[in-house]
Amino acid sequence: MLVTEQERLRDDIASWAQDIGSDRSALIPILQEIQGKYGHISDFAMQIVADKLGIHPVEVYSVVSFYSFLEFKPAGRFVIRLCRTIACDMLGKDKVATQLENDLGIEFGETTPDGKFTLEWANCMGMCDQGPALLVNDRVFTRVTPDKVTQILEACRKAFGIYALGSIGEGHL
Amino acid sequence: MISSHTEPLTFSTIAPNAGLKAALSMKRSDLIAEITNSQLKGRGGAGFPTGVKWNLAAAAQADRKFVVCNADEGEPGTFKDRVILTEHADLVFEGMTIGGYAIGAKEGIVYLRAEYTYLRKHLEQVLADRRAKGLLGKNVCGHDGFDFDIHIHMGAGAYICGEETALIESLEGHRGEPRNRPPFPVDTGFLGRPTIVNNVETFAWVTAILVKGSQWFKSHGTARSTGFKIFSVSGDCDKPGIYEFPMGITVSTLLEAVGGLGAKAVQIGGASGHCVPAAEFERTIAYEDVATGGSIMVFGPDRDMLRVAHNFLEFFVEESCGQCTPCRDGNPKILECIEMLDHGVCSSKYLQEICELGETMQVSSKCGLGQSSPNAFLSIVKHFRNELMGRGL
Repeated sequence: MLVTEQERLRDDIASWAQDIGSDRSALIPILQEIQGKYGHISDFAMQIVADKLGIHPVEVYSVVSFYSFLEFKPAGRFVIRLCRTIACDMLGKDKVATQLENDLGIEFGETTPDGKFTLEWANCMGMCDQGPALLVNDRVFTRVTPDKVTQILEACRKAFGIYALGSIGEGHL
Repeated sequence: MISSHTEPLTFSTIAPNAGLKAALSMKRSDLIAEITNSQLKGRGGAGFPTGVKWNLAAAAQADRKFVVCNADEGEPGTFKDRVILTEHADLVFEGMTIGGYAIGAKEGIVYLRAEYTYLRKHLEQVLADRRAKGLLGKNVCGHDGFDFDIHIHMGAGAYICGEETALIESLEGHRGEPRNRPPFPVDTGFLGRPTIVNNVETFAWVTAILVKGSQWFKSHGTARSTGFKIFSVSGDCDKPGIYEFPMGITVSTLLEAVGGLGAKAVQIGGASGHCVPAAEFERTIAYEDVATGGSIMVFGPDRDMLRVAHNFLEFFVEESCGQCTPCRDGNPKILECIEMLDHGVCSSKYLQEICELGETMQVSSKCGLGQSSPNAFLSIVKHFRNELMGRGL
């Protein structure tokens, strides 16, 4: 990690601690900010957070390892989480999963070499009546079919940010 | 945007802030008595009487108290809280404010699951509007000395955090591992202060009860399960989605309404609930018979029940927090047994042993997750034994 990058991380964490607080209950919100901006929580980040909150880095590690939305490994710019629970399973999540793997050339739990996409499983995401469902970062897509997978990935590749995704397969809340 | 199949929902007939104004005009003890009289029970699934919970928290002495809304809706097949938060967020925040007044709390927290991050913007907007209207903040609704505000705390992806003590651990910045009880959260909750943790739907019903009265609520449902319930219906039926029914409805009546007649089984209560076979469709959905937090999953005649059990156990193996042995080690043993059944290499004797292990988990696990995770497997084995056994490779 470059020194400038370390400085940036240190400054960011200081400013989040300023906004959110530096007691123990601020730990997860601060980690979520780091995850959101940097795509993962590095050893260095955990050390800085631990110093800031006055706890042992192992405490921070134990929390990061517990929650599935906090990651040690750098994730892609678009994290795709496909629901694998029974309702989506019955509606054909296996075909969607296969198509995602084929189109991205990676398996679940992996990130594409260009750092754009990470493929993950998710447990029930509350879209059981409109499955198969998947999340792309914070956005939900419902009634996903194998051909829609191609469209979603294409829209991600073209997009500057997740909110530029247009209306392709937009989720119905 | 999804609406319910049973129109109109009671929630859409409730006048805004009528419940809150009614509550603020009452003495705290009368307010709690009204909730107690309605016999409202927790709508998240556990079914603890809301009035009793609030009464205990109100009686506790402390410098700070907290009202926590459990929006960590993670039970497979449940999505009613998502719909309530999308369409009736005001009712939920109103219910939380009423709770704050009842127990003497100034701070409310919504624990929103990470998978629902896309709802946050909408909820923050509703909260901002309520602050602007004086419905949150200092002297709520002009009621002198009653200050109350709500903030949203995001979850980070853990099913177990729907368990109230695990949720509190998570709020405090720890791993979401359930606590030993007692002490109970009403006495020693968030930051060691008295805390009520209620489900999204429970808060919305509190508001409805204050508008329409506890007698109205009690006149629906059964003697031990009063009022209405929102159901999330999915699986093999014509009209999956959100439904409102009185408690005590039979499974067959519900199936008729959702277009699921001819089903071979219905999973009631999500992965941690029970599998009800066609022969028992006259059973009622109520706390005294088959309880549910709202999840109804319909399995058509062609569904492989072993695949269903496999999916549920994969879920529990992943979501067990790993703190206590029965749950951490028991769930993988059940999953292994399901895989043996699938490969046709499980003896009757071994299946019997695994069922006994499941029963041991039900009594020896620390929290509701491990106590209920064997339910689906055990009920599928009980009712579909012939379908599971004697499979070829």
